[in-house]
Order: sequence, then structure tokens, then C-alpha cells
Amino acid sequence: MTDPSGVAVSEFSTPPAGEVREGGQDRQEARSLWSDAWRELRRNPLFWISVVLIVVLLTMAVAPQLFTSTDPRYGDLAVARQPPSAEHVFGTTSQGYDVYARVIHGARASILVGVLTSIGTVVVGGLIGLISGFYGGWLDALLSRVGEIFFAIPLLLAGILTFYLFPPDLEDPLILQVLTVVGVLVLFGWPSLARLMRGAVLQVKPNDYVNAARALGASAPRLIFQHILPNAVAPMIVVATLNLGTYIAVEATLAFLGIGLRSPAISWGIDISLASSIGLVRAAPHMLIFPSIFLTVTILAFIMLGDAIRDAIDPKLK
Amino acid sequence: MGSYVLRRLLQMIPVIIGATFLIFAMVFGIGDPAAGRCGERACPEAFLVQFRQEYNLDEPLIVQYGLYMAKLLTGDFGESFSGLSVAEELINRWPTTIRLAVIAVCFEALVGIAAGILAALRKGRFLDYLVTLSSLLVISIPVFVVGSLSQLVFGIRLGIFPVTATEGGWFDLLLPGLVLGSFSVAYIARLMRSTMIENLRSDYVRTARAKGLGPGRTVGVHTLRNSMIPAITYIGYDLGALMGGAVVTERIFNINGIGGFLFYGINTKDGTIVVGTVTCLVLVYLLANLLVDVLYGVLDPRISHD
Amino acid sequence: MSDTLSETDVARGESSWTPTDGRLLDVEDLQVEFRTRDGVAKAINGVSLHLDEGETLAVLGESGSGKSVTAQAIMGILDTPPGFITGGSVRYCGTELLTMTEKQRREIRGPEISMIFQDALSSLNPVFPVGWQIAEMLRVHRGANRSDAREAAIRLMERVNIPGARQRVNAFPHQFSGGMRQRIMIAMAIALDPAVLIADEPTTALDVTVQAQIMALLAELQEERRMGLILITHDLGVVADVADRIAVMYAGKLVETADVHSIYAAPAHPYTQGLLASIPRLDQKGQELAAIGGLPPNLTRIPPGCPFNPRCRYAQDVCRHDPPPALREVRPGRRAACHFAEDVLADSAREFDHPHHVHGDGGEERR
Repeated sequence: MTDPSGVAVSEFSTPPAGEVREGGQDRQEARSLWSDAWRELRRNPLFWISVVLIVVLLTMAVAPQLFTSTDPRYGDLAVARQPPSAEHVFGTTSQGYDVYARVIHGARASILVGVLTSIGTVVVGGLIGLISGFYGGWLDALLSRVGEIFFAIPLLLAGILTFYLFPPDLEDPLILQVLTVVGVLVLFGWPSLARLMRGAVLQVKPNDYVNAARALGASAPRLIFQHILPNAVAPMIVVATLNLGTYIAVEATLAFLGIGLRSPAISWGIDISLASSIGLVRAAPHMLIFPSIFLTVTILAFIMLGDAIRDAIDPKLK
Repeated sequence: MGSYVLRRLLQMIPVIIGATFLIFAMVFGIGDPAAGRCGERACPEAFLVQFRQEYNLDEPLIVQYGLYMAKLLTGDFGESFSGLSVAEELINRWPTTIRLAVIAVCFEALVGIAAGILAALRKGRFLDYLVTLSSLLVISIPVFVVGSLSQLVFGIRLGIFPVTATEGGWFDLLLPGLVLGSFSVAYIARLMRSTMIENLRSDYVRTARAKGLGPGRTVGVHTLRNSMIPAITYIGYDLGALMGGAVVTERIFNINGIGGFLFYGINTKDGTIVVGTVTCLVLVYLLANLLVDVLYGVLDPRISHD
Repeated sequence: MSDTLSETDVARGESSWTPTDGRLLDVEDLQVEFRTRDGVAKAINGVSLHLDEGETLAVLGESGSGKSVTAQAIMGILDTPPGFITGGSVRYCGTELLTMTEKQRREIRGPEISMIFQDALSSLNPVFPVGWQIAEMLRVHRGANRSDAREAAIRLMERVNIPGARQRVNAFPHQFSGGMRQRIMIAMAIALDPAVLIADEPTTALDVTVQAQIMALLAELQEERRMGLILITHDLGVVADVADRIAVMYAGKLVETADVHSIYAAPAHPYTQGLLASIPRLDQKGQELAAIGGLPPNLTRIPPGCPFNPRCRYAQDVCRHDPPPALREVRPGRRAACHFAEDVLADSAREFDHPHHVHGDGGEERR
């Protein structure tokens, strides 16, 4: 398979031909790449919009009580399915929950899954890619084949199968359930980042300064962290940020299908799933619309951030 | 060219074996293979005995796998708890899902590619911003949200399309097909735009202009051919991935396709259906990937003529 | 193949263009600027050139001096935006090109003026066979049919000495070596028997031996077809054998024009002097190569005075404050844009005419 799969949003994972940054790059240049990128970023309005959105969402995830004092698990059947009103700004669900409180509290699950999965894939994929590219030989062949196998199963199907076979325990605290979801997404999501990292290593490795450092007796970790990582980390960050949105979407999709996170956990995917039975869509569309907007805006924020960083690093594509 | 195809085929074999083994190991190697086979209740003793025998659970894992694969290859995907033959059910349901995927792929190819080309040619102008921003928005809306909302708007409120597509006719499937293709249409527009912009600046396009070729040939022949390669490749992969993605769309619009079957399996806790359908979808996905790789070799001579 | 369609029949259309007094191209006071987000870069600042039939003009300069931009402006293939031609004129056989419509210009590009580029691998389209790309010239401009155009392409490939042309006509660019690819570019450029060929760094990416072969081929084709050849390069060594005249560019301006012999004998501009001093010479073994210190100026911020003054050893106050003089005749047939051209000339005459006297012997020992 020569190209990114359908799931990962990674226009970056195969660097376009001719984009190969020539040798002679060292940390100095990597640093100036970052300061150039920062200058570009600062004048991109999309970047600031996404930063503001992400800060708000993170606050929501960390401290939902700042936004609402209503208990999202308090259902009052007397006020079920009410359209938005002064008391319930986003209306109420068929169980009489306050939609606004549900939406605010739902941020935590999505953000946790997205952020932790991205970090996980970067660590696992990055490490495997480094080893693969740096040592080459049979180790590379083995790791690449294993990566291809995990890559061959689309993320959504992998999630469906795993959570069907090993459903998270509803008794567990939210963080444990989230970690199960994260674990599965990392397990099937790392190969795209490993491939990216491996490519970056192979691109940097033949350069003269790497050979020179090696000849001077630099150790493998030193070579990796001094020379290879600074050059490979930029595309990784872009892809990981773009993928973050994808992971949030996959988590919500699984919840929507009734696997992965499940009620009583609070998540946008679960709420959309509950709201989307045809009878309810007709009777209480606000139950569907508000969590959908929050979910979309969250994904949008991370994709915009990824786009902005990519444009800053690689202005050619603007 | 021939050797390239052969090489790709050979490279695909370990991936297919590995992926099917992975699925197999998850089902039979870890935990209780009979768990979740019998709906909400625990499995009756008689079923367990038959189940152990049917899947050779007393043999070592690798032998189990071999026998399991042999069954799959002869088209035996097992029987659901309620007595449906999974293979038969899949065969009956294929046409609907394929129809759905065809609608989605046509939508992606026509609208996505056209939007990307227009945006690239009008770079920095209104049309470019329109395409860039709308594709950014669409790419951010998960398919199940697009599905639920468009069902609400076009099906229920405006009444343009049927609310559900249980019958599976072409018109019934139109809205679900567009929904299914929505993510990819936006992705392709972005992909097409960026490759197109890059290629328009390439040296060989400058050469084409230096040859005195008109804008039609410069863009239509010299830029387009190269720029289409990533988009076409993506569409090929997507054809395989869409079948899996259809589970969401088919659930929303109540379509009796493969995805609907998978959702039925999840809902009724019927493991044979879930495992069989997922395996089948993964195989389709891999097959699509193989075809795309071959196609890629045809489209880009640098890949295959070495 | 019947006799009715020889190469020249297909190739040579009815040309309505005839040079007056042998003058093919006349570029006057050309101005080009690039409008970028970081400001306006004056890429070309009043360049005047001319080219006669059968003549080879070498345009010499560092990267960023504006030589390629000049060529692209003449061809009319400047990327607009960001590049804009803001003034001057380009006349071909006495007719102004800059005011022509794009459609009229396309009829000149290829049949009358054609161009080859530095990197033949990226300049040829990777997904079409080379023969197809050559034949495309004949099909588009001459309306030749597929098979005639293909035969013509094979003959052109043979003409530029590609071995096994008939077998390789359907091969793709990446299947050829660098030198062979450049030959294919040349075959494509001469397909319609143009009167002017612009070669932009045609040998820069090639091995030295291959460089010589390509230069010899260009010289031979020029001789055979009486083409005017504009050779753009940063490498003085490449042009010595083939060029008739040399124009040296610096920071978007011409700083010196002269015939090839006098420039080698004694450069009249300090920049040219620096360029010449930086070529390795067999008779100066062991001596350190004199590189020109400093960097060419940023074109968005050209310093006041003469743009070369920060790097010039002749620079005086006048060079730092006043713009340099326009190209002025310093000797018959020699023009330089320097206040002190006479001094430079006198110094160079001493240095370059008698290298042995200046540097003496003993190079061998120092190795």
C-alpha cells in the first residue's frame, strides 16, 4: 500500500517529490524553521481561531462546572423533550436531562480520547518508525510488515470488532473506559505515523553531517535526538494534529453505534446516537443539533490548527 | 509492468494472512470465543459443544486458524445464532451496499475533483475560499452527524428524499450515498487542490508553456494527468473503506446492506455475524488496495517501469 | 517513409518572420518585478540585449542575478503573479512581443523562439513518453498527425545522437540518463526549427564530460540551422568556447558586455574580474582561488549606490551614494557600468594577460 488509508487525514504522510529538504540541516536550521513557522502562524487568522476554540474546549473538559452548575445526570421526566427555553437554553432530552449540561460535560470524553490517542500514536509510531529507519535490515522489514497488517484493517472496523469482543466495563470509571478506547485506536493507528517517521529518518540519515557525527563517535541516541528528530518532528506534529480530529470522530462514531463508550458515560457520540432515532429526530431535533455542533466544532478546531501548522511549515501549499 | 503486478500480489499475501490472523486471534485466541454469540443470554450447553467442534477449538491455535481460513475460502462464514447463513446473507445484501458505494464514489469523483481543480485554478479568489472553507467544514462533520442532520433536513423537514431506504432502490439510496461520500468529497477537493497547485508550479508545466501550448493543453493534459493520480488512488482505497463506513449510513437510513447487517449483529449480540462481516469487509478493503496499487502503476510510469 | 515528408517538411512551416539586417531579438530597458508578501523585488532593472542570426550570446551571472528571469520574460512564460513586466520592450524581427496577445505569443513560442531548461528530469513531464512529448510540438503547431509526428520525433532523437532512438521513443524520462534527457529537451526545442534558442543553464546538472558533449551538440545545431543562441550560465568556463558575446548580469542589471575574447583577456567591471578570478586555471596550480566575498544583495532591499559596492575593492564614496553609470563604452565594442572601468581594465590587463609573471612558479612544490 503506497498511500494513506481512508481514515487518517494525512496529506502529509508521503512528502511530495521535490519537497525533499536538502542536506546541511542541523539543529540551528531546524530552530530557524520553527521561528519562521511561528512568524507565519502568527499572521494566520485560522490559527488564532483554532487556538481560542481549543482553549475553550480544554477548559470545558477540565472544569465543566465553570460553564454549568446543572447536573448532567439529573433527569426530570416532567420536563422531558422540551425545546430550548430560558431555563434550558439547549432544551432537554427525552430523559429530561439538560442538553446544555450534557454537551458541556461531553467535551471531556472526546478531548481525552483525541489528545491521548494522538500522543499515543506519536510515541508508539514515532518510536517504531525511528527504530525501523535507523537500524534498517531485518528489524525494519519485520516492523514494516507488522505495520502493514495493522494498517490493513480500517480504524472503524477495528474498533467495532475489538469493542464488540471486549466491551469496556460500564462499572469502570470514565478514565479507564477512555483508556481502553485510546488503547485500541493507538493499536490500529500507529502505522501511519511510523511510516512518516521512517521516511524522515531515511531522508536525513544519508546526509554528510550525520555520517560525520557518526564518524566522530556519536552514539545512536545522540544521532537520533540531535539530528534526526528535529527534522522529522514537524510533519509528525502536523499529521498528529490532523489525526486528532479523526480520532475524536471515530470515538463518537463507535459510541453512536452503541459500542465503545456507553451510557452512563457522557459523550457527544452517545447523545447523538440517542437523539437520532427517527421518532426523536422529528420530535426533539435540538437533542441532535447541539451535540452535533459541539462535536463538529471540536474536530474543526483541530483540523484548522493542523492546517495552519502545515501551511506555516510548508508555505508552498498555501 | 507484469513483474510489478506480480510483486504487488506477492507483497499482499503476507498482509492478507496477517490481517486475517489478527482478527482470528482476537476472536479465538484471547478470551472466550463463545462470548457474545448468543444474544443477551448465556449460551446453552448444546450450542457450546457444537461451537467447539465447528471451530476446532480443541486443536492448537495455528491449526484452528488454518481450518478457519479453509472454511472462509470455501465461502463458509458460519451460521448466526438465529440460524441465518452469514455467507448467504452477505451475498444477498451486497448489491445494495455496492449501489450505495457507487453513488458515493461517483459523487466524490465528480464533485471532489472538479471542486479541487476549480479552487486551484482560481487560487486566492472567491471560488478558492468557498471550496477551501466548505471542504474544511465538511471534513470536520462526522458522517453520522451528516447523516442524521440531512435525514432531518432533507427527509423529514423538506421531504425531498425518503426518510429511510429500506427498499434499496437507486433513488432511495441517493441521499445516503451522498452522505456516505461527504467526508471523502471534501478530502478529495483538498487533496486535488494542493496537488494541482503544486503541479501548476512544476518545471514541466513551465516547459509546456515554453512549447507554446495553450492553457487547455497546459492544464488539461500536462497538469491534470499528474494531479489526478493521488485523487484516483484515494478514491480506489475509499471504495474499499466505504463498505465499512456504510455501517453508519445504513444504520441511520435503515438500509438492508452489509453495514446494516453488521449493525444488526452488534445490536443482537451475534458474534458470528460481527466477525464474519468484519472479516469480509477487511478482505474487500485489501482487494481494493491491491487494485489501486496496480492502477497506480499504470497511471504513474515511474512506479512500475524500473 | 516516403520522400514526401522529410524532416524539414514537417518541421519547417511557413515562417512569416524575417530578421532585418540579421537582427533577431532586441531587448530594451526591460523591467521586471516580483510582488511578494515581503515586498516588491526588482528582479530586472533595465536590461538591454540584442541577438543576431547565427550568434551566441552568453548571459552570465550568479543565481538571483536575474538571468533566468530575463529569459522567461523574453519567452513570455513568467509566472504572473508574482512576476510582472513593468517596462521596456522585447522585439522579435522588429515586432514588439510585449503588446501581443497571449495567443499570438504562443505562435512564436516553439516555432520561432524556444527554450531548454536546467533540470531536464523535472522539466520533462514524467507521465508521458519522451517521443510523445517531442511529437506534441509538431502536432500542436503544425497539425501533424500522430504517425508523422512520431516519425519526426524519432528523427529528431537521432539528430541529437540518442542511440536506439526508434526503440526508445516510447520510454519515459526517468528511464534516461541526465545527458540523454537534456538531449531530449534539445530535440523538443529544435523540433520546429526555431530562429532563437534560449538555453537556461543547460549543463549545470550534468557531469563534466557530458557537459562538453551537450555544449558541442548545441554549437553544432546552431551552426547547422543558423540559430541565434542565448546561453544562460553562471559558469564562465562553459561559455569560453561557444559564445561570441558575453553579457554579465548583477542584481538585475547588465554590468558589462563585450566579445568573448576581450572579456577573458581583460574584464572591465570589478564583478566580472571577480568571476574570472574564481575559475580554476591550469596555469595557476597551487594558488588559492579567489572567491568574491560577500553575497549578492536582497532584491527587495538593493543598497543605495552601486549594488556591487559592498563587495567591490574599487568602491569609493561615489559608489556608495550615487547610482552606477549606465553601460558606457570603455573601448570599442566594450561596455561596462562602472565609474572606474578604465582602472579595472588596466589592472585586469596586467593580471590576466600575464599570469605567469604575476604569480610566478613554485605551484608544484606547494602541493
